[in-house]
Amino acid sequence: MSDHEYNPKSKFGKWFNDRLPLLTLANHLTDYPTPKNLNYWWTFGGILTFCLITQIVTGLVLAMHYIAHADMAFDSVEHIMRDVNYGWLIRYIHANGASMFFLAVYIHIFRSLFYGSYKAPREIIWIIGIIIYLLMMAAAFMGYVLPWGQMSFWGATVITNLFSAIPLVGEGIVTWLWGGYSVDNPTLTRFFTLHYLIPFLILGLVVLHIWALHVPGNNNPIGIDVKKPSKDTVPFHPYIVIKDGFALLMFMIVFAFFVFYTPNILGHADNYIEANPLVTPAHIVPEWYLLPFYAILRSVPDKLLGVVAMLSAIFILAALPWLDTSKIRSAVFRPLYRQFYWILVADVLILGYVGAMPAEGLYLLIARIATAYYFLHFLVILPLLGFKEKTLPVPLSITEPILGGSPNLAAAKNKESFEK
Amino acid sequence: MAEKKTNRRDFLFTATYAVGAVGVGATVWPMIDQMNPDASVKALASTEVDVSSVNPGKTITVLWRGKPVFIRRRTDDEIAEARSVKLEDLKHPEKDEDRAQNPEWLVMLGVCTHLGCVPLDQKGDYNGWFCPCHGSHYDTSGRIRKGPAPTNMEIPKYEFVNANTIKIG
Repeated sequence: MSDHEYNPKSKFGKWFNDRLPLLTLANHLTDYPTPKNLNYWWTFGGILTFCLITQIVTGLVLAMHYIAHADMAFDSVEHIMRDVNYGWLIRYIHANGASMFFLAVYIHIFRSLFYGSYKAPREIIWIIGIIIYLLMMAAAFMGYVLPWGQMSFWGATVITNLFSAIPLVGEGIVTWLWGGYSVDNPTLTRFFTLHYLIPFLILGLVVLHIWALHVPGNNNPIGIDVKKPSKDTVPFHPYIVIKDGFALLMFMIVFAFFVFYTPNILGHADNYIEANPLVTPAHIVPEWYLLPFYAILRSVPDKLLGVVAMLSAIFILAALPWLDTSKIRSAVFRPLYRQFYWILVADVLILGYVGAMPAEGLYLLIARIATAYYFLHFLVILPLLGFKEKTLPVPLSITEPILGGSPNLAAAKNKESFEK
Repeated sequence: MAEKKTNRRDFLFTATYAVGAVGVGATVWPMIDQMNPDASVKALASTEVDVSSVNPGKTITVLWRGKPVFIRRRTDDEIAEARSVKLEDLKHPEKDEDRAQNPEWLVMLGVCTHLGCVPLDQKGDYNGWFCPCHGSHYDTSGRIRKGPAPTNMEIPKYEFVNANTIKIG
């Protein structure tokens, strides 16, 4: 892994490292050369690691008090909230932690989209990231079922019923997922098991994600290949550690605000009503982080095609490194892509908004247009842009435009003056 | 001689793979099948309901296999409305006569065929049911008329044990 040999100073260190090179690994991680122009959008990797560990630790504690049984789950959650010492705090951290996790992952993903971090040679990092994101959605969905409130029950019913859209075997798959003829106790216990398992799968994938990252090294805001180590890089410790640490602190302030001041604002009041298989709540709405996909599902008037559209919207991301035909990574040097990027951001936000609204009238129309645009962006605009777009000249190194003497400095400053 | 040996080895490889595949299949299947409905779930397969107290124009909801079943005693108007619809106008064409053994009683699973919500009684554009989740409208025979649901609400297996008792399942 490391570019250079590492020799521990102490005799014991050397003895140990010859048998298990943990010190070499630690040395690699501290000395890891990082582009010196990384901005704060690059701190979300560290923030996400913090989120994952927070969810695992609080989740382990909650599992000590929670009872995965249809008759007792709802009461056991209230027992955690009222009786268990600091149970309210731990549960609110876990519940809001899921939202914070998704907030951070969306920033992380959109950072990658802006700076082209998914492009060669980082496709595998990107695809592992998409798998992590899918597992996060599965874990969040199953976690939301565990309190066995009305939203838990009906959210589980609606989402598992998505599989019934599959021709021929769909009904059989749904019955298999439920372990019965409706969402019931067997469903709850298996969801609990899988909710417990998935974070550890994610942890393993995070190791692979970072490992794959450390092969080519970090992308950076100007998206050029960096020679490492060189004048363009700084060692991970202390430079990036301090920067990540400061960003994490800022993030934790936002996190703490939700936990201590508005712990239920991101949830639904209906989930404080125990699950009732005879009554569906008036509005079934998923958690905010799934709303854009929910809007896509509802915008298609056919059951099977709606499910296909929703899943395609996620899986299309895995093909992104090949759909984007531009050789230039960073949007800084792609004036047209930069505009389409912001339109995509707006499009996803609009989808999220209409996903929370009733699927009728104007909302439905907007959802349909936004859905069509989402696919248009990935399937038409991105492939064409690589051929049509006149990109700006890219500097040869990170230091070059700053130290001056380069024509590219002027280029970067006067982007508009360049004629197409 | 050398050729013959290779064939013999090939046969052994193939046989080993085949036996291995059967072994893996036999090991994995119990792991998969354990998630299917168990004996105790299957044992709750039928329910008897006393409907003597249901007046015309009223619906009762009973739980059968964890799912709601609507038992509606329909009014003459509703029966007439359900029977006057032309089959060409239906997304999932089914005659009302085939859905209700006894025209007065409609017994069906109260589960929207879109994504499984419980539709609301006496709502929607066709005086039947309306699903609040994604806006499916059903008529007085529980047939899908408008919205994303692909099929009519399902009719479970049921029979009149006597004039006042329905056995579902």
